[in-house]
Amino acid sequence: MKRVQFEHSAVPYLFIAPQIIIIVIFFLWPAAQAIYQSFLLEDAFGLSSQFVWFRNYSDTIFNPSWLQAAWFTIIFSSLVTFLSLSIALLLAVKANEVIHGASTYKTLLMWAYAIAPPVAGLMGNLMFNPLIGDLYQGMNAIGFDFDHKLDPVDASFVVILISVWKQVSVNFIFFLSGLQGIPKSVQEAATMDCDSSFRRFWTITFPLLAPTTFFLMVINITYAFFETFGIIDTTTQGAPGGATTTLVFKVFQDGFRGADIGGSSAQSVVLMIMVLLLTVIQFRFIEKKVHY
Amino acid sequence: MKLTTLLAAGFATFATSAIAQTEIQFWHAMGGRLGEVVEEIAEKYNASQSDYVLVPTYKGGYEDTMTAGIAAFRAKQQPDLIQIFDAGAATIINAKGATVPVADLMAEHAGGFDSGDFIEGVRYFYADSDGKMIGMPFNSSTPLLYYNKDIFAEVGIDAPPSTWEEFEAMAPKLKEAGYQALAQSHSPWIFSENFHSRHNLQMATGNNGYDSTDVKILYNNPEMKMHWTKVKEWLDAGYYGFYGRGWGDNQDAFVQKKTAMWLGSSGSFGGLKASADFEFGTAYLPYWESIIEEPKGTFIGGAALFAMAGKSAEQNAATADFLSFLSSPDVQYFWHKETGYVPITNAAYDVAKADGYYESTPDAEVGILQLTQPGGEWTKGYRLGFYVQIRDVMYKHYEDIFSGEATVDEAFAAIESEANDLLERFNATYN
Repeated sequence: MKRVQFEHSAVPYLFIAPQIIIIVIFFLWPAAQAIYQSFLLEDAFGLSSQFVWFRNYSDTIFNPSWLQAAWFTIIFSSLVTFLSLSIALLLAVKANEVIHGASTYKTLLMWAYAIAPPVAGLMGNLMFNPLIGDLYQGMNAIGFDFDHKLDPVDASFVVILISVWKQVSVNFIFFLSGLQGIPKSVQEAATMDCDSSFRRFWTITFPLLAPTTFFLMVINITYAFFETFGIIDTTTQGAPGGATTTLVFKVFQDGFRGADIGGSSAQSVVLMIMVLLLTVIQFRFIEKKVHY
Repeated sequence: MKLTTLLAAGFATFATSAIAQTEIQFWHAMGGRLGEVVEEIAEKYNASQSDYVLVPTYKGGYEDTMTAGIAAFRAKQQPDLIQIFDAGAATIINAKGATVPVADLMAEHAGGFDSGDFIEGVRYFYADSDGKMIGMPFNSSTPLLYYNKDIFAEVGIDAPPSTWEEFEAMAPKLKEAGYQALAQSHSPWIFSENFHSRHNLQMATGNNGYDSTDVKILYNNPEMKMHWTKVKEWLDAGYYGFYGRGWGDNQDAFVQKKTAMWLGSSGSFGGLKASADFEFGTAYLPYWESIIEEPKGTFIGGAALFAMAGKSAEQNAATADFLSFLSSPDVQYFWHKETGYVPITNAAYDVAKADGYYESTPDAEVGILQLTQPGGEWTKGYRLGFYVQIRDVMYKHYEDIFSGEATVDEAFAAIESEANDLLERFNATYN
């Protein structure tokens, strides 16, 4: 067998260097710092420091509030991912069928894409303000005993609603372009074979959209895990009783508000491992079902 | 061409800053109206002398400011002066070498320092266990009861309650007239820390944490549980409103006349005067007659200024100069009048009295009178590590009491164990 010999040259490395530098500076180095700090017990100002093995882990992880946050993060992330994907898919399918005024519809649905999570949170906060919020007062007017300042379910509803609302437009854009990428000939052939548009969608359109859906799922889980921080910080701040505290928000609370650097580093390392596992699962098991 | 201009400009700035006055970098957490007053004080100071320039920088809330200061210190970029709040006192005071004690700083650079100049209530809170002041009290407040005089007149109540027993008697009347009786901003501060001071109860072992970091919290006591059982009853009966953890959300309920009374800070006085379109008055923090017959004074809240370590003698002299300016009677009186924070020195209090301020605005004196009420064994203050998290723990379990997720007993057992875990962790960092 003849092996192809490539000439080694520094040029390709030069091309990827900027990206590598960014990854090292903004990801690898801080991650290494977090791992290092997670084994240290240090006062806030860094004046005294001692190596404590896994004490930070055992103090912060096997702790009722961390477990509560972990549980909430799982439920929250699943719901946010599922709801923002399914609503966006429904809207995209419907918008794809619209013929008159299609671009107006699409523009309106994409509108929220440019809104940053903290801004979405602030807007939601105003709408759910007990004194002046229309949504808060509306919910109570139609007979819900709605109080997100004290009711864990209501508070979760608020953060999930805002998180989903913010993410739907992002997903919508991708689904819409995914739908437009499905060849017309395939769709027409399917229409001749099958009368039910519902069945056509699940047997033809949905499988062909799978690469888009998979990509969005990865993106959305990351969003629900990390980026929703801005929404939680501007709305519930983890309240009531820690019911809407996600793991990332807890890392922030302990590290940035509470000046417990070791404990919060240990939590970020655990979070890092969790996300790593999740990514492995996604790519090993779910991606196998995706046909490109 | 452009580059040369830029370089020239760069060198020019460098050159001027090298010969210019010494800058005093001051990081603070005073937003809104309070921030404006800080800017005014800076202007006054900069106009009053020509050796130094004070540069105040708003760094966000109290927690944000402390975090910024910690990060800056670790990066050796710390400001000269930083404002640290009550709950962060243990963090900064236990970090020996992070700050220069103001008592030392002033003795060395400002010709002496006497903690006796300060009013009784603020003298010990930021001092070490020997009474040496580490931080300079700055915005010192104390919890007060604000009441809506219009609503009181409408319902026919003559005076605000001085005890919680009296409160319970008048709450139904207010409810009948369509008002919630009470809301409160910051229940860990008012209904926990100051609850202990007011009733002269011990908060933590080790002399409320002053003597050691190896301490245990004593919140799980019958008096606290009785009080919170009552608060939960008030909430269920519609006498008490909870608008979340946000300070402003609860204050807004008072400003918008949802509640007839509000527990807030004496430092809220200036802001309320600007935002409320009704007559309001202030009163002492109520107490339980069933616990104590003669109530004690309250702790100060708010924050103090700490001179950060690692600065040159020249910088320290500049910082000391500003601190003497800031604690001078006229500046203190100005600060007191504009914000409602108490004047921290006896001299400033005398100036306010001599000026007739309390005759025209008697409600402004209530805070300082409450602070100068007779102290008890447990009214000096507290010094507890990771106290920011402990306050979060309290908030969390108080909300569980309110929502019915936990009973009062369960909540306080959880507060005790979680707070003690945190205290043990804090202690371990120093041993």
